[in-house]
Amino acid sequence: MSEFFRIAWLVTRKDIRVESRSREMLYTTTFFAASCVLVFSFAFVRSGRPVEGAEAGIIWVALAYAGQLALGRAFERELHQDALRGLLLAPVERAAIFVGKLLGIMLLMGVVETVVVFFVAVFFSTAFFDYGLLFISLLVAGTIGFGCVGALFAAMLARSQSRTVLLPVLLYPITVPVLIAGVNGTLSLIQPEPNLDLARFWLALIAFFDVVFMTLALWTFEPLMTE
Amino acid sequence: MSLFDFQQVTVSKVSRHYGRRRALSSVSFDLQAGEVVGLLGPNGSGKSTLLGVLSTLIAPSSGEVRYGEELSRVLGADLRRLIGFLSHDLQLYPELSARENLDFSARLYGRQQPSSVVNEALARARLTDRAEEPVSGFSRGMRQRLALERSLLHEPRLVLLDEPFTGLDDRSTSELIDRLRQLSEEGCLIVFATHDLDIADDVLDRAVVLKAGRLAGLPDGHGSLRARYRELVTADNSLDRRENV
Repeated sequence: MSEFFRIAWLVTRKDIRVESRSREMLYTTTFFAASCVLVFSFAFVRSGRPVEGAEAGIIWVALAYAGQLALGRAFERELHQDALRGLLLAPVERAAIFVGKLLGIMLLMGVVETVVVFFVAVFFSTAFFDYGLLFISLLVAGTIGFGCVGALFAAMLARSQSRTVLLPVLLYPITVPVLIAGVNGTLSLIQPEPNLDLARFWLALIAFFDVVFMTLALWTFEPLMTE
Repeated sequence: MSLFDFQQVTVSKVSRHYGRRRALSSVSFDLQAGEVVGLLGPNGSGKSTLLGVLSTLIAPSSGEVRYGEELSRVLGADLRRLIGFLSHDLQLYPELSARENLDFSARLYGRQQPSSVVNEALARARLTDRAEEPVSGFSRGMRQRLALERSLLHEPRLVLLDEPFTGLDDRSTSELIDRLRQLSEEGCLIVFATHDLDIADDVLDRAVVLKAGRLAGLPDGHGSLRARYRELVTADNSLDRRENV
């Protein structure tokens, strides 16, 4: 098991190093997410008063679209000099490679989430951290579910010429439950009278999806990556 | 660490289709440890696909490849540990330095004392003084030398090289030929696809020629590899012309 996580961390560390040199995914996704929040703030804030509950939708929409950008690029980068084949030829569990790539994507999405939450909190004067632990748990669980399905599809489509079109077509229908649960869970935390039980229910639902998606992804990654 | 090893690779009736296109069609041959085998053939004849099949990265549509007595799907990671593959696209990360690329590979293959292994590889690639520079600034020849060392870092038993002489100057070509001979003497099985027939003639034990995904026999004789290859291609072309008439 320790070998599995050693390889996963090796792949993640390599991705962090590559991204720290190019910063293309970081700049693209954070700029896109921040622009999203800015545009929504014009639509949903009237006379200094935000539309009630709009923040929850804005956060998850910004994350989903920014996440999709990151997912596509994360595997496209491995194709650049056929590095993906180099990875797949290594004598390691291929699921560990998948987990390593997923961790890298999640770290990047974590940075984007920090920026998005900051901007939404400022523009909409929303107190996200009154129930900070639950809110962060929702974000982390949602990121795992979205990233897990996305990383699997991005890897599957990496060699397809129409991957930029196919990725959102496949990704969104399957991750819609995670996004809906994320929006509802966040909403139940920031409404005037927070409903913690409801938030926990939505969190449990996302966690259930995470387990299902992660199991499927680890199970299918190896056969899917054989040409 | 696995104790699996093999002395022979047997390719039996291997076909590979991409939709309606046949990249390989019922290809069969044997390879023995210590041999240096050239894969020759025109562009699109199936050389890279065959290397992909031998590397286990591409599954045959039909037929099988046995390593010793075993099938690749049974062996998995134990077999991949014994394969070194230099792809035409080099499989390097341009944002990382030469040292970081090799270090990543050494750790991925679980090499003990990766720093000393990497230092030796950098010295062999003549890149010690540029070890900390990003690969994106390297010439094709430098990247080729680095990628070759990356593919040999884990001391593989089966070495698969796709166009290994591309971008190499005379000195690097001669060093690569010496390296292939040394690996062969150590018992490695080396298979490489190339169009550089004059260079290949110096180092090959035998050639496997592919044409439109099928094996084509190289004419016997004492002429150069280039002359015999040209004889084969010319004979095939005139046959094609007669069939068309």
